[in-house]
Amino acid sequence: MNGRGGDESSRTGEGDGLAERLKGYEGRPATTGGVGRDPVNAPMIRHWCEAMGDTNPAYRGPDAVAPPTMLQAWTMSGLSGHADRPGRSAVYDELFALLDDAGYTSIVATDCEQEYLRPLRPGDEITFDSMIESVSGRKTTKLGTGYFVTTRMDIRAGDELAGTHRFRILKYAPAQRSPRAPGVSGSASDTARTGNTGAGARRPRPVVNRDNAGFWEGVGRHHLLIQRCADCGTLRFPWLPGCGACGSLDWDTVASGGEGTVYSYVVVHHPPFPAFDPPYAVALVELAEGVRIVSNVVGVPCDEVRIGMPVRLAFRRYDEELELPVFHAAEPAGTGAGGEG
Amino acid sequence: MKVGEVLPPLEIEITRTLIVAGAIASRDYQDVHHDADLARAKGSPDIFMNILTTNGLVGRYVTDHFGPGAVLRRVAIRLGAPNHPGDTMVLTGSVEEVDGDTATVRILGANAIGRHVTGTVTVTVPAPSGTAADARAEGGAA
Repeated sequence: MNGRGGDESSRTGEGDGLAERLKGYEGRPATTGGVGRDPVNAPMIRHWCEAMGDTNPAYRGPDAVAPPTMLQAWTMSGLSGHADRPGRSAVYDELFALLDDAGYTSIVATDCEQEYLRPLRPGDEITFDSMIESVSGRKTTKLGTGYFVTTRMDIRAGDELAGTHRFRILKYAPAQRSPRAPGVSGSASDTARTGNTGAGARRPRPVVNRDNAGFWEGVGRHHLLIQRCADCGTLRFPWLPGCGACGSLDWDTVASGGEGTVYSYVVVHHPPFPAFDPPYAVALVELAEGVRIVSNVVGVPCDEVRIGMPVRLAFRRYDEELELPVFHAAEPAGTGAGGEG
Repeated sequence: MKVGEVLPPLEIEITRTLIVAGAIASRDYQDVHHDADLARAKGSPDIFMNILTTNGLVGRYVTDHFGPGAVLRRVAIRLGAPNHPGDTMVLTGSVEEVDGDTATVRILGANAIGRHVTGTVTVTVPAPSGTAADARAEGGAA
C-alpha cells in the first residue's frame, strides 16, 4: 500500500509497533524558541487582505492591526523551508519521517483552533513554541488511511502571549485511484467532481477467486446462486470452500427464486464514498431459501425500508463491467424480477 | 446581536487565483495548493484551498458582518470537502450564544461537494457609544 519497495515495507511493518512509536511522540516539543521569519508588517498584511478580499479598515493605515486569522502565517517558514530556522525540533521531523517511511506520505490540514489574546501590529517580533499534543490511532478516511497529528502552539509578540494555535493534520497514504485517474485522461474540471461526488466514479470491483467465481458467473446470467453441500444438503451463502455443517468440500448450486425479506438494514448518510450517493439502504436480506445476503434495497425511499419488508431480487448494472444483485420492494402482484437494464 | 441572528450568506468563487493567492499570502508553499499535477499525484483531483485561507475567509465573513469595530477572539474550524477551482463556497452563519458584548457565531461553508468548513467564531462587538448599557442589558437577557 505504500508504493515503495518490498524491503521498505517489511522494514517499517504495519504492526502495532508503529502506532506505539507514534504515541511516544505525544507531549514532546515540536518547536522551541521559534522566531518569525519577518516581524509583523504592512506588506504581508496587505497581501493577505487582497487575497481574502478583506477590506476591513482596521487592517489599514497608521493604527493598523494584522487580521487575527493571520496568526499562523507569521510562523510559517515559507519557500525556504525549516532547515535553517531556529527552534524546529528534530522530534517533529522524526515523527514525519516515521510516517513517510511507512507510506503515509501525503498531508492535509483538518482542524485549526486559534485564540487571539492581543492584537498584532506592524513591528511586533514573533516567537513561538509548539508541542505535539496527540497522535491518533490509524484511521481510514475518504482520502486514504493515516494518522492525525495535533500540535499546539503558543505565539508571542515580544514577551507577551498573543495567541494560541491548535492545528491538526492528517498524514496519509492516498487511497487507490481508478485507472482512469485525472492526469491520464479527462479535464481538470471533469475530474474535480469525479473524485468526490461519485458522478463518473466507479464502484469497487468484486474480488473474484476460485472459491467464488461460480457466484459471479451466475450473476452474469442473472442467477443468484446459493451453494448446496453435496453430502448433507445444507445451503450456504456467501460462498465458501467447505460446508460449515459437515465439512464436506463437495457442493453444487441452487438458483435463488428471488423472494426475500429484510432481516436487518442500515441507511448510510455519511460519509460519502465515490460512486455511492447517500442516503442509501444497505440490507441483510433473508432469502426464502433461508440464507442471507448483504445487498441494497433500491427503488424505495430509504426511510420506508423496514425489517420484515418483503423484497424481490433484481440485477442492476452499474457500469460496463459491473452488475450486482439488488432488491426491490416486492410487488403485491408478484410481477417478475429481471434486469433493470 | 441576538441569539438566532442570521448572517447574510457570502458567496465566494473558488478560483485558481484565490487558492494560489491565499496560499502564498499565508506563506504556504505546499505543492497541493498551487501545482495541479503534483496535487493529482497525491490523490487529489486538482489543487485545493489551504486551511489558512479558509480561516481568513471565515474571519472576514464575521468581521464584514459586525463591522470594523468587531474583534475576533477565537476561530475554530474543521475542514471537510475541499475547495477546488471552479467551485463556489457559500458561507452562512448564525449567532449561537451572546455573553455581554461577545457573540459566538456558528459558521458553515458549503461547496458543490459538501461541507468545506464548519466551526465557530467568537467575536467581541463593542456597543456604539451611548447605548452600551442597552447592549449589555440585551446581551444579558439573551
